[in-house]
Amino acid sequence: MSGERSFTYVGTRPIRHDGLDKVTGRANYGADFTLPGMLHGYVLRSPHAHARIVSIDTSAAEAVPGVKAVITGRDIPKTKGKLSLGEAALELGPMGDNALAHDKVLYEGHAVAAVAAASVDIAREAAEKIRVVYEALQPVMNVDQALAPDAPILHDDLVTKGQPLPDAPKRTNVALRMQLKRGDLDQGFAEADVIVERVFTTPMAHQGYIEPHACVARYGEDGQVLVWTTTQGHFVVRDASAGILGMDAARIKVVPSEIGGGFGGKIPVYLEPLAIALSRKAHRPVKMVMSRADVFRATGPTSGTKIRAKIGAKKDGTLVAADCSLYYEAGAYPGSPAGAGAMCAIAPYDIPNFSIEAYDIVVNRPKVAAYRAPGSPSAAFATESVIDEIAERLDMDPIELRLKNAAVEGDLAPYGPKFGPIGLVQVLEAAKRHPHWTAPLGENQGRGVACGFWFNAGLNSTAVVSLSADGSATLVTGNPDIGGTRVAQALMVSEELGIPVERVRPTVADTDSIGYNDLTGGSRVCYATGMAVIKAAQDARDQLCARAAKIWDVDPSCVAWEHGRAVPLNGASDHEPLTVGELAAKMTATGGPVVGRGSVSAPMAGPGSAPTSATSRSTGRPASAGWSATRPSRTSARPCIRPTSRGRCRVAQRRVSAGRSTRSTSTTSPATCRTPASSTTACPWRRTCR
Amino acid sequence: MQTERYEAPTTIADAVRLLHADPDARPLAGGTDVLVQYRAGVRRPSAFVDLKRIAELIGITLDGKGMRLGAATSAAEICEHAEARRLWPGLVEAVALLGSTQIQGRATVGGNLCNASPAADTTCPLIVNRARALVAGAEGERSVDVEDFTTAPGRTVLRPGEVLVALLVPRPAPRTADAYLRLIPRSEMDIAAAGAAVSVTLDEGGTCTAARVAIAAVAPTALLVSAAAEALVGTRLDDAALVRAGDAASSAARPIEDKRGTVAYRRTVVGVLTRRAAQVAAARARALA
Amino acid sequence: MSDRGSVSTLHVRTRVNGEPAEFLCGPAETLLDALRDRLELRGSKEGCGTGDCGACSVLLDDRLVPSCLVLAAEVSDREVLTVEGIARGDSLHPVQQKLLEHAALQCGVCTPGFVVAAKALLDLNPSPTEREVRYWLAGNLCRCTGYDKIIRAVLDAADVMRRETSEVTT
Repeated sequence: MSGERSFTYVGTRPIRHDGLDKVTGRANYGADFTLPGMLHGYVLRSPHAHARIVSIDTSAAEAVPGVKAVITGRDIPKTKGKLSLGEAALELGPMGDNALAHDKVLYEGHAVAAVAAASVDIAREAAEKIRVVYEALQPVMNVDQALAPDAPILHDDLVTKGQPLPDAPKRTNVALRMQLKRGDLDQGFAEADVIVERVFTTPMAHQGYIEPHACVARYGEDGQVLVWTTTQGHFVVRDASAGILGMDAARIKVVPSEIGGGFGGKIPVYLEPLAIALSRKAHRPVKMVMSRADVFRATGPTSGTKIRAKIGAKKDGTLVAADCSLYYEAGAYPGSPAGAGAMCAIAPYDIPNFSIEAYDIVVNRPKVAAYRAPGSPSAAFATESVIDEIAERLDMDPIELRLKNAAVEGDLAPYGPKFGPIGLVQVLEAAKRHPHWTAPLGENQGRGVACGFWFNAGLNSTAVVSLSADGSATLVTGNPDIGGTRVAQALMVSEELGIPVERVRPTVADTDSIGYNDLTGGSRVCYATGMAVIKAAQDARDQLCARAAKIWDVDPSCVAWEHGRAVPLNGASDHEPLTVGELAAKMTATGGPVVGRGSVSAPMAGPGSAPTSATSRSTGRPASAGWSATRPSRTSARPCIRPTSRGRCRVAQRRVSAGRSTRSTSTTSPATCRTPASSTTACPWRRTCR
Repeated sequence: MQTERYEAPTTIADAVRLLHADPDARPLAGGTDVLVQYRAGVRRPSAFVDLKRIAELIGITLDGKGMRLGAATSAAEICEHAEARRLWPGLVEAVALLGSTQIQGRATVGGNLCNASPAADTTCPLIVNRARALVAGAEGERSVDVEDFTTAPGRTVLRPGEVLVALLVPRPAPRTADAYLRLIPRSEMDIAAAGAAVSVTLDEGGTCTAARVAIAAVAPTALLVSAAAEALVGTRLDDAALVRAGDAASSAARPIEDKRGTVAYRRTVVGVLTRRAAQVAAARARALA
Repeated sequence: MSDRGSVSTLHVRTRVNGEPAEFLCGPAETLLDALRDRLELRGSKEGCGTGDCGACSVLLDDRLVPSCLVLAAEVSDREVLTVEGIARGDSLHPVQQKLLEHAALQCGVCTPGFVVAAKALLDLNPSPTEREVRYWLAGNLCRCTGYDKIIRAVLDAADVMRRETSEVTT
């Protein structure tokens, strides 16, 4: 794009603020925290994939010397509460039941009891003495078994949500059925010269983060709870733990540790409610660390799937119809990404007639969690494989076939909205030009190409930027930093304030110390939290401008911000510009601490919505509010410019006389401004538009 | 059973005494199997008897007769031994396959042999090199041919109170070389789906006068396949002979199906590996002046 | 009822990161647990407990080992080097510095293991090829970076160290 803003700090490659700690081993992850008097927790897990819990006798465990508390499902109330996560709601009942089973165990590894003791060894030894009587039930291990007519039913009260089939049985393992439809499927297939229909299965797969789940919880005698944990969303930990335990969330403070990988798997809570409950019973802090075996058995891998994909094409390669059925294993409780899979399955292509149905099916496996574009890769595996086969049958280049049908801006996504600029055609053409596509193949060598589709989350974030008297800034946000978002956010503050990134100190704060933040995930932190950070930095910057105005005794509209300095606009003042440092040093004298705030509820980004970061920048500067100020009498007519968005400047002409001010404003529209956006010399006002 | 003690004897006699007195105590060399099993709750011994402070169990000595390889010598140390690499390239390349660099710093040939996994990588090269296991017990020392050492998955001929002290590998005859190849699902750090070790001896004219073939991961224990060796002896190790040797290995294999492969796949692959290992051994033998 | 009194407690005297160190431990306690819980050196991480991931890598008498598969009791009178002992006083080891410069870490939990493993490689082989680096580091798993930047950083550190050595000797 022409006329782009040129950046000073964004685009540089500073060493991340937390880097030194990470290469020296000083950074503290979930298992690296201790509290005085701490006990160690151990979880007893079900050996059965599906069983009723007849009885649990913990007396032998409680009698082991060194054991301070034992809990079972009896210590965790059954709840019907919900936790909102953007548009979705997390059911707390299943999450609590998953953390510690009540009536049934629903997968091998399902937690049935937990022990807190002086050491892990003692806790384990005690846990092995807990007598659980199970009534083993027949398990269902995949979608076929779950859908069989006489299938064992995991949840007696499960009702199929969404768009159940009219003839579906009442007792079911299908938690949800949804369907996306368009056009006339029969007509579409009738026009097809080639139809390929295949069935694909993908196995359950774990995110495999190197750091297992770990936490420390301290339930104080005053009912205040401290939790240290490795998580993608400490607000989720707080609210889910509170909901599961029937506590007030305001009594729980969650401190996020550094996180050793998540990929979606560290969004649900597993250990924290148990550690809190154990701490409450034992009157001591409790640390719980999962073994790798427990991580694999009892956290949240992604769904195994069975997907039937049927696609029809004309002989010239036009795709005319698609009929897909996606069956996703939810694991022990409802909530697979089947719906997301349905949205993504054919999204790269403009197919006029389609039916995509998706089923969320419970099976006796761990409850699935998000895993990098949840639901999409499995769906893509199916549809892309079929498209390759169509290309083969039509003797057409696989990229050409995809190009011929690629969705472009303005097309309707299969799930409804119009695509904004999505770039698939550009990507495919770049792939076509790439040497990997044209290089001759050696013996026993193959080559493949496939497309994928995903969207960013938006959701809620908060940021606070505070100036210190020496002109450095602290940035406080609330998203655990999984990959370097702290330094990215610091660069945003750097850019807005015009100070070096080393002078910005980014912190991820606990749930007490920052406003609400949705979790780290869905590629939302640089995007949505970035918006909040930029807003907060601009807020701080605007306050600095106001302070400069005060110092210079001019109207704030006559102050602009340029490369880390407040500058008086033409003729408004004879004063030299003031740096961040100079302004910050005078904070107390000019009105007190400068603290910038930003909070956003960002829309989903990517295809289907216009990029909103540009929007936030162009509206980041507050729309011109009326300003009036009492000034010493002066007669003048001096133009002050406040550049707003690119190519647009607002010219304000003030006439002040006898202590009264009147103002008139006119706006130069992009159509009339002939100045190149970045050219200072050509602008009549000697300004650079942002 | 709780693990109550850690012992670190400094003599073979002390180690034998400790193990004999407590049948639930477990010898510890590199720990790369023993400690993994301990963590998994599979084997919880009453005590660990660490063998690594016993001088006779660590280190490599070479003399005119051959190599004495201390059973608790780390894989890394073995791979660094230039003379061992030169004389027994197949054995050393098998040792080099025992896991990552970190595992190599700990794993031992003695442990690999005593763990008696059907897929053990160093057992077959030891067999084809006619190695013997030197064992010490309450009744004194004895030696066992390595091909007789393991009897079933996880089981060896070691009696209670006995400890493997060293592997004795005779110096190869002139124009003799070995090789070991295995197939794993990944590129590093995995357990063999099939493995084959071959040793061949050539005469001055290039005809094979002796051979030994042993295959791994396709039976409850390593298998010495005399039919495969016979297919090589008397030949010039030409393609036809190699194929016959491979076929003999495939016929002798009794694999199971598991996540690393089906019966048919392993049977086929072990034949391919035998053929290729024989090729490599032949090339090495020919290169020896 | 168990009688934990029969489980012995061992007093281990050793050297860690160049300094004498001692601790009490159980007979089955791993070196990793002793480093973390007894000596409070928490830079080494447990990722798997089975010697597969490399996050617990330390040097034991200059030999790269997985500390989760070493018993604490084994290190009496030995030398242990952990990630905490890799920096040279106030300045980072070239491996550490280059990992930062190449942005060769995302979550950072595998990083201590890579630092120790890479230092061990470069001490042994100052001029490794890319292939040698990749195979040496095969026992260190990373789920975030895709490894490429880590390899570049290690090769770059090797370069720096070779130049430092030649500066010293010329």
